[in-house]
This record gives sequence, C-alpha cells and structure tokens, in this order.
Amino acid sequence: MELIFNGIRGAIELILGANPDVAEIAARSVRVSGMATLIASTWSLPAGLAIGLYSFKGKGLLKSLFNSMLGIPTVVLGLILYLLLVPSGPLGFLGLIYTEMGISFGQALLITPIIISFVTTSIESVEKEVRELAKTLGAGRFDASIAVMRETMAGVVLSIIAAFNRAVAELGVAIMIGGNVFVRGSALNTRVLTTAIQMYTSRGDIEMAIALGIILLLIVFVVSMVLNFLQSRFA
Amino acid sequence: MIELEGITKRFGEVIALDRVSLKIDEARIFAVIGNSGAGKTTLLRIISLLERQDEGRYLYKGEDAWSKEEDLKRRITMVFQKPVMFNTTVYNNIAYGLKLRGYTREEIKTKVAEMLELVRLEGYEKKNAKRLSGGEQQRVAIARALITEPELLVLDEPTANLDAANASVVERCIKELVGDGTTVIMATHNLFQAKRLSDRVAYLFNGRLIEVGKTERVFEKPENELTEKFINGELYF
Repeated sequence: MELIFNGIRGAIELILGANPDVAEIAARSVRVSGMATLIASTWSLPAGLAIGLYSFKGKGLLKSLFNSMLGIPTVVLGLILYLLLVPSGPLGFLGLIYTEMGISFGQALLITPIIISFVTTSIESVEKEVRELAKTLGAGRFDASIAVMRETMAGVVLSIIAAFNRAVAELGVAIMIGGNVFVRGSALNTRVLTTAIQMYTSRGDIEMAIALGIILLLIVFVVSMVLNFLQSRFA
Repeated sequence: MIELEGITKRFGEVIALDRVSLKIDEARIFAVIGNSGAGKTTLLRIISLLERQDEGRYLYKGEDAWSKEEDLKRRITMVFQKPVMFNTTVYNNIAYGLKLRGYTREEIKTKVAEMLELVRLEGYEKKNAKRLSGGEQQRVAIARALITEPELLVLDEPTANLDAANASVVERCIKELVGDGTTVIMATHNLFQAKRLSDRVAYLFNGRLIEVGKTERVFEKPENELTEKFINGELYF
C-alpha cells in the first residue's frame, strides 16, 4: 500500500510541477490518437453510413466482419503492421515505422471497426421510422437520408469518443510501430502514455507510471465530456 | 378521390389485406374500423404510399397512384399511431415539411405559430419534442402533418394513447381540417369516435372488407352479421 500511496503523492507532484517530459508524452498521445481518429473517420464514417442506409448483398456478412474485428488483439495488429512496415516489408517504402504517423495509421486501422459498427447500429436503430416519417412529410430519398443521418448524430459522436479512447489507451500498436523512442529534445520521439506507463512500471518508477496513468484517465474523461457536451448542444 | 380495386397485401404467409375494394370521397372523414390485426394499418400504409400492394390497383383522382409517387407524397401525409419525433425542438419538427417545400423563414415562423395555437401548444417551440408527453407528441405530429396543408391526411389511431383532453384537441383539429377541404382517412378501434367524426365507415375483418357505407347506416342498420356483432361488442377472439 505504501508503494501505491507514495506513487500517487509523487505523481501529483509531477503533474502539478508540470514535468516537461510528462507534458510532452501526454501531448504526443493526444496528437497521435487524435490524428488516428481523424484518419479513421474519413473512411469509417462514410462506410458506416453506407452500410446503415443501404441494402445490398453481403451486408450481413460485412457487419459480422466488422463486429468480429472489434475485439482484435492490438498486439496481433501491431505485429502484422510491423511486418508490413519494416524497411524490408511490402510497405516499408512508406517510411512509417518508428514514427508518430505510423502509430496513427496503425491506430486508425484498429478503430475503424469501432466507428463503422457504432455508426451502422445507430443508423439501423432509427432508419425505418425516421425515413418513413420524413417521406410522409414530403421528403424524397435524399432528404429522407439526410433526416436519418441527423438523427444518428449522437451515435456518430459516441463512435468517435469510443474510437479515440480505444486508440489513446492501446499499447500493442504504439509499442510495435512506434518503438517507444524518446530522446529529450528530439523531433523523432514516439513515446506515448501507454508505452511510457509500461516502460516505467517495468523499471520500477512507479511515481512516473502512476502520474502518466492519471493523465491518461483524465484525457479519456475530458474528451468524453467535451464531445458529449458538443453533442447535447447539437441536439 | 381514391379508388382501391382488389388490393391484396401479403407478409410471407400472412394475408394482411385480401382483395379490398373501396372508394373514398373528397373532403370527408372516412373511418376504418376493425379489431387489431384486421389490416387497418396496412391499408393506411398503402394509401400513404409507404407500402406497395401485391395485387390490385390504387387510383388517386383517376390515375395510378404509384406512377405519381413523388408528387403524391407531398400531398398525402400520414400520422402514425405511435408518434415519431425528430430529436430536435418542437419548432423544427413542425417546420420540417415547410423547409422541404422551400418556404421562407418568415413564412415558416408564422405558420408554425398558427399550428401551435391550433393544437394548443403555444410556448412549446423551444422544447425538445422527444421529451414531451405522449399526448403532446401526438399533437405535435398532427401540427407537423397539417402545416403542409395536405390534400389527404391519413391518421392511424390518432387518439389511441391519449387522455380525454388531448383526444378532444385532436378531434377538434380533424373537424376543422375537413371544413377546410382536406380529406381524412382514419383507422380507429374506438367505435364512438368513428360514429362521432366520420361520414363513411369501412369495417375490416381478417384483411377482408366486410362492409362499407355511410356511418349512420352502418351503425344503425349493418348489413353484415359480422359488422353487427363487432358493433355490438359480441365478436370475441
């Protein structure tokens, strides 16, 4: 227990003292996972909308596929991406290994099924009744689809919150693609909160690990609250 | 105004409507009565062009209704038994149809205010429609439908879940509407309401049209034994 209390006390001192290493790692985590969420949203939102709004052959299979990918182990995904992105791998020419963008790309793939599944489910939960309502009020196919999309705004926001939280909290991709590189003052650092927590814990630097853990939790809470607030304002 | 000729609708093995033929006149209230599962809602959904019949013809003012689907959907409005609300304000809900039709902001504001007065929901503009009571939501649904001045208003059990006060507001709206030239088709299992409001009534039983005629005549001198039993409350399931 003493270890934990001392750890928490030390963590609070590190946070309140605005330790520059802690601040840099936290900022990188938000940046990398924010970028991952942005990248994933560019293809996942349209895909989720299309799967939710339209009927086509193989739709059920596609939905099952994305649902089953929700639980993909991040280490396995990290390993696959590592093998693809190392200089001798088929995608080595992209130069993404051991870079922030590489982690973002890997996390984007990780959270793609989350956004698609959430958006698809939220559309399907209102699609029939909202579409019919819009039609009875004179909407054509396009306007009815817009009405359905408006009604699913809460689901879209929720999917983005869930996706960001999954990205910022994952370890497998960040450590295998990023490599936990950290040299004070370097622009090539890739250390993020999860890789740092893992490293400091294994080194026995519990204060630092707890400090970073608290910050990680705070980021998750704050992002969720801000997006929920924005969503309620939209509604 | 509306002619249905031999309309049949199946859902898998179930025959929801079985060769139903009907004529519905303009600027009248036409009630469809029958037990649950009689096919009332299916008939209304076909008339509202939300469901396509498997067999038979649906003529609207002498022309095939489905061939003019897009145009008619702007002239026919249906209000569902369980009101569906857009997750936004009462104002935006009621204004939706007018926005689709390209009305100006000022026109919309004036008309929404008129409708809110009609359904006695003045001051509710900024409330979220999803947070209203069932009766208030039904009144918003009626206002939202009426604001587009439909030629034909289709109501599925419009007062089924309402208390007496809310039901009376809705009934008053229906009567005013018909006075303004709108045709109303309503499904109801409330026989008193059908008798009180409608000019003509059709009785459906197990998807078949059993009897149709002037309301007074059907209630006073039903020609079919099933109709008589239904009206007298002697038809048990």
